[in-house]
Amino acid sequence: MSNQDSQGPIWEVFVQKKSGQPFVHCGSLHAFDKEMALQNARDLYTRRGEGSAVWVVLSSAIVASTPEDVGPFFEPSNDKVYRHPTFYKVPDGISHM
Amino acid sequence: MENQLDLENTFQARIDKGEMIEPKDWMPDHYRKHLIRQISQHAHSEIVGMLPEGNWITRAPSLRAKMVLLAKVQDEGGHGLYLYTAAETLGTDRETILDQLHTGKAKYSSIFNYPTLTWADIGAVGWLVDGAAIMNQVMLQRTSYGPYARAMVRICKEESFHQRQGYEIICKLANGTPEQKEMAQDALNRWWWPSLMMFGPRDENSPNSENAIKWKIKRETNDQLRQRFVNQTVPQAEYLGLKVPDDKLVWNEAKKGYDFGEVDWDEFNRVISGNGPCNKERLAARVKAHEEGEWVRKAAAAHAKKKNENLIAA
Amino acid sequence: MTKEQSLYAYILRIADTNLIHGQRLAEWCGHGPFLEEDLALTNIALDIIGQSQALYQYAAQLNGKGQSEDDLVFHRHERQYYNAFMAELPKGDFGFTILRAYLLSVFNHHLYTALTKSSDNTIAAIASKSIKEVSYHVRHTGAWIERLGDGTDESHEKMQNALNELWRFTSDLFTVENSDSIIINDGSAVDFSTLEIAWSSQVREKLSLASLTIPQENNQQLGSRKGKHTEHLGYMLAEMQYIPRAYPDAKW
Repeated sequence: MSNQDSQGPIWEVFVQKKSGQPFVHCGSLHAFDKEMALQNARDLYTRRGEGSAVWVVLSSAIVASTPEDVGPFFEPSNDKVYRHPTFYKVPDGISHM
Repeated sequence: MENQLDLENTFQARIDKGEMIEPKDWMPDHYRKHLIRQISQHAHSEIVGMLPEGNWITRAPSLRAKMVLLAKVQDEGGHGLYLYTAAETLGTDRETILDQLHTGKAKYSSIFNYPTLTWADIGAVGWLVDGAAIMNQVMLQRTSYGPYARAMVRICKEESFHQRQGYEIICKLANGTPEQKEMAQDALNRWWWPSLMMFGPRDENSPNSENAIKWKIKRETNDQLRQRFVNQTVPQAEYLGLKVPDDKLVWNEAKKGYDFGEVDWDEFNRVISGNGPCNKERLAARVKAHEEGEWVRKAAAAHAKKKNENLIAA
Repeated sequence: MTKEQSLYAYILRIADTNLIHGQRLAEWCGHGPFLEEDLALTNIALDIIGQSQALYQYAAQLNGKGQSEDDLVFHRHERQYYNAFMAELPKGDFGFTILRAYLLSVFNHHLYTALTKSSDNTIAAIASKSIKEVSYHVRHTGAWIERLGDGTDESHEKMQNALNELWRFTSDLFTVENSDSIIINDGSAVDFSTLEIAWSSQVREKLSLASLTIPQENNQQLGSRKGKHTEHLGYMLAEMQYIPRAYPDAKW
């Protein structure tokens, strides 16, 4: 089992633009360990200087709310790993959303 | 059955209202499948697209050009990453998606099955191919599926430099020595039609388009986008004294756009079905990279386990 | 040799090593073991080629012939390139690439740290700007040395093979030329040989953490500072310089 080929687990990435500002979710990536996740996050999400600090969290560690489970929108057996928080901040400078 | 219909109607009503669908929302199975296919194909295109441009990095004719091309190809890798992870939110995983690419089950944009023969091709790719891609991508920023739209916003922010980089190369060539001009014209001759093919089949031959438009996964049709691309790009070529390789190209004042010739749909189908100039090489390169990387991935996983990294949260 | 000529040759040594190493890293574009690492290697390549660009610009100035960075890069031949041997070795497998990158990054880190104190303002400025970048390179490649050295049996064997291949090119990094003395004495340059102790101690510690053994043979290859190379550089320059040389009248 330990010799299975994989892409590594998924991590969610949060970037803080400037100190004092909130950490904002900007996406995810695959990495095999914490150090790699942090470095990959830096390469992938901050190489244009978009941030001063980064958090990476295993997707599996995130506990997310489900959409209001009223009638049609209840999704019973969802234990999927891939969760994105249901709050999301629209990036600055984008006018079509 | 009725419940299913209710769900679908409510879902469609949300989309019609302009609401975004998020990973944990209810969605019809065919919406989910359509998106997985579209997003992963888009991701594959970015990754395979690294190859025709990547092979000119070591031969870039100036230090600046080398660095700009490196940055561009790096961006493309990054775009692939954003898209793979967006696809994964729909309930698939990267291993599976990659396997589909490597076994030829998944498609990617046909344009990357053409070879980059000269330095001018790098200019043409940035100008025409990225130009065409941008047209698709801008509209996808408003697509109905949240993670896809957000990935596209990121991608669009980074994309504008790609097209400028390509056009700058072509400008330099078009304004250079006779040999350079000839190189630029030759690249345009070879990349023009494949770029038009990037917009896909004619609308009447495009079976998935109707659903895609209804679900706001696609905001404009293939032919609409293709027309807009021609209208935008022809003046850019003429400005440089380059001739678009289309004898039927003519300005139509009534529609305020260009009439243009018919794409060679036989060529399109050949390339899409795996018989283009570079299909085999591109796929082989990706498979090789994946296979040769296996020991690295396994070692990384083994090391993490040794360090007892507790990769599953308690 | 004048001071400018000494400094010119010295700077070329550093610039050439980083450019040639960058070329090898660029060969990984689209071929990395997984996508995230493709980006990481490209990132390192971009950084060190950027460093070489700044150094070439200064070197061109010092050479006083109105040349540009591209003149230096595309119009010097094999015997006029002064990169370290290690940089021009073929990319090999991922283990080889990452180990070579580690050894050169640690060298860069110690070199730039020392050069921030250069009496030459341009050099000190380039060094200051580059340190953050190379610190990251050391961190990135160093983490991989441990993962691969202490991962699976297969990865350990590949890393040991890589080390066995690379070790005989390490002393070359620290060679001093007679022409260096004038610029070492006035503080503009750092004596490469003074970097060896710190480099060696850092590298040995990392290799030991990765359970890798330094080969016993004493067969160090020397001479790159005199423009001597392995057979690989000729091919690299032919590829890298082809377009400007094929179109001498054209601007690129």
